[in-house]
Amino acid sequence: MPTVLILGAGSDMAIAIARQFAGEKYDIQLAARNADSLHALQQDLQIRHHIKASTYAFDATDFSSHPAFYEALPVKPDVTICVFGYLGDQEKAQSDWKEATRIINTNYTGAVSILNYVADDYAARGNGTIIGISSVAGERGRQSNYIYGSAKAGFTAYLSGLRNRLFHKGVHVLSVQPGFVYTRMTENLPLPPLLTAQPQQVAVSVYKAAKGKKNVVYTKWFWRYIMLIIKNVPEGIFKKLKL
Amino acid sequence: MEKRLANWGNYPVLSCDETTFSQDEQIQDFISSHTSIIARGNGRCYGDASLANFSVSTLKYDKVLAFDTVNGIFECQSGITLDQILEIIVPEGWFLPVTPGTKFITIGGAVASDVHGKNHHVDGSFSGHIISMDIITGNKNTITCSAEVEPDLFWATCGGMGLTGIITRVKFGLKKIETAYIKQKQIKARNLEDLIQLFDEYKHYTYSMAWIDCLQKGDTFGRSILIVGEHATKEELSDTQGKTPLKVSAKSKLTVPFNLPSFILNTFTVKAFNWLYYLKNTKREINNVVPYEPFFYPLDAILHWNRGYGKAGFVQYQFVLPLEKKEGLIAILQRISDKGLGSFLAVLKVFGKQESLISFPMEGYTLALDFPVRKGLFEFLDELDSLVLQYGGRLYLSKDARMKQEMFWQSYPNAQRFASILKTYSGDKLFRSVQSNRLLLTE
Repeated sequence: MPTVLILGAGSDMAIAIARQFAGEKYDIQLAARNADSLHALQQDLQIRHHIKASTYAFDATDFSSHPAFYEALPVKPDVTICVFGYLGDQEKAQSDWKEATRIINTNYTGAVSILNYVADDYAARGNGTIIGISSVAGERGRQSNYIYGSAKAGFTAYLSGLRNRLFHKGVHVLSVQPGFVYTRMTENLPLPPLLTAQPQQVAVSVYKAAKGKKNVVYTKWFWRYIMLIIKNVPEGIFKKLKL
Repeated sequence: MEKRLANWGNYPVLSCDETTFSQDEQIQDFISSHTSIIARGNGRCYGDASLANFSVSTLKYDKVLAFDTVNGIFECQSGITLDQILEIIVPEGWFLPVTPGTKFITIGGAVASDVHGKNHHVDGSFSGHIISMDIITGNKNTITCSAEVEPDLFWATCGGMGLTGIITRVKFGLKKIETAYIKQKQIKARNLEDLIQLFDEYKHYTYSMAWIDCLQKGDTFGRSILIVGEHATKEELSDTQGKTPLKVSAKSKLTVPFNLPSFILNTFTVKAFNWLYYLKNTKREINNVVPYEPFFYPLDAILHWNRGYGKAGFVQYQFVLPLEKKEGLIAILQRISDKGLGSFLAVLKVFGKQESLISFPMEGYTLALDFPVRKGLFEFLDELDSLVLQYGGRLYLSKDARMKQEMFWQSYPNAQRFASILKTYSGDKLFRSVQSNRLLLTE
């Protein structure tokens, strides 16, 4: 059975993705800072889907631990999905460097650190799929979340470069650009229902896009066009908007 | 975040701040930072039992923790719904020990309402099948309880409408089945007398309930269809059914997309009943083998059927009267039929014996029917309440949205004891709902 590694497995989106892949008979490796907190999900996946699930401690911002973490995996995954992220508090991050670095290190540096090892392994093997959950927030900086947005922008650019490099090695890289999603992270934001996806919808589109070897997928699909418009607003006008 | 919430009756509607959790420490944090909360599952109680200014949704706390397929023991977090559980256990040859008329409720809700099913006279209510459960009580500790360990907390939680705390984990026993099909029998009853006799005649059947036509008068007063059933054995299946004996019923796609004018659902039920009564059942009795889905969950086939009652919503009125108070049942049905405010159909069931602290069931007759919310309804229901009280009965808290506090305190014999157990566990009335405030359990 193929195996998928989910980095940042405790979030609502990660749980939905884990269930989607388990439903397609993948064995699941769950990794998060607190491995104990993943035991319930591990049991749940095994009982519902009759697959093997395992749990690992993984801290995205503890960069030096990443090679040992990846080395220690008993089975090297066929698919690696980088789901972890941290929205943080934009206003706080503007003046609090600790908050700003936490946002940058979680969303960008940590992802680059771990995926570098995975990419080398997959390149050497000549197969594998890497999926990065980035964000439409990375497509244009807005005053309400530009520290998070710029970290995600970095991650999006990293994924596209990685895709370019690994294509020649037979490794597939998928960038996922979710718009608004109903999760604990966004629980206190007033999201427009028509534009907002459920985590399950994201999971289904991630699975389908990976299977269809798509390069970039937006959830919901029309975010591609919303972002196209937003990216094309002239900067002179954009800077005056309250976004 | 603030949002407008209502339960299944769409009445009342309340502005609530609802949060979710999927990890233990998240719920601990939430409890520590609030002074008044109630747990909410899938919102399938009818009234205001899971509404409060601050509610915590258990829907993301939905993991299966263990399933012993040899002995039929299931352990899960409280937010998983019965339809998900059925998908897991039916293929392994197990079924829910007790199930209400919808599979879209959470296990936490099943415990908090101590739900009953068509097999109450044989298998009792859900609480009788719980092996143990965890509850986060007012002092923020997780307490494991069962009928033997911390029995006060256990019995106050079964049917206790979430007032003892947040139910987090439930371990319960399942029922062994050979097939996913039900051998059912539908018998026409000419009137209420006839029906009550039939209930007695067929009491050895595991499952039984009846649909009553509330519009009939005179000789045909209480005209009804008694439906009884047993889990089918493999030999009883047709050749086609026999190919997939443990098949999980397919998911429903039909839905009512928006609130309809309120007469529609009654028109629908009239037609459905007449179809059953006159066309399908030309014989007095029909026998067939059907999947579990239409037998247990006929209304689940139409998602959001509650919208059929319109924007003002509806109240489901369910009471139970002691077995010896048959005349009370007749008197109340008569009042309902004369008034003409209620739905055309009512569901009647005979409960078996039950010992409990605050659960709804007791040995006797239970009748449930819908009343669309309109002018004069609540006054009329108050009149019905006094009849129910007079005949020694009580109302189901999961359906209730309007009962006066006196009615509750007079009709539930252990109300005082329940309230004093809440004092011990709920820590300064931390867990409270619009309902518990209305009934003066937490005010």
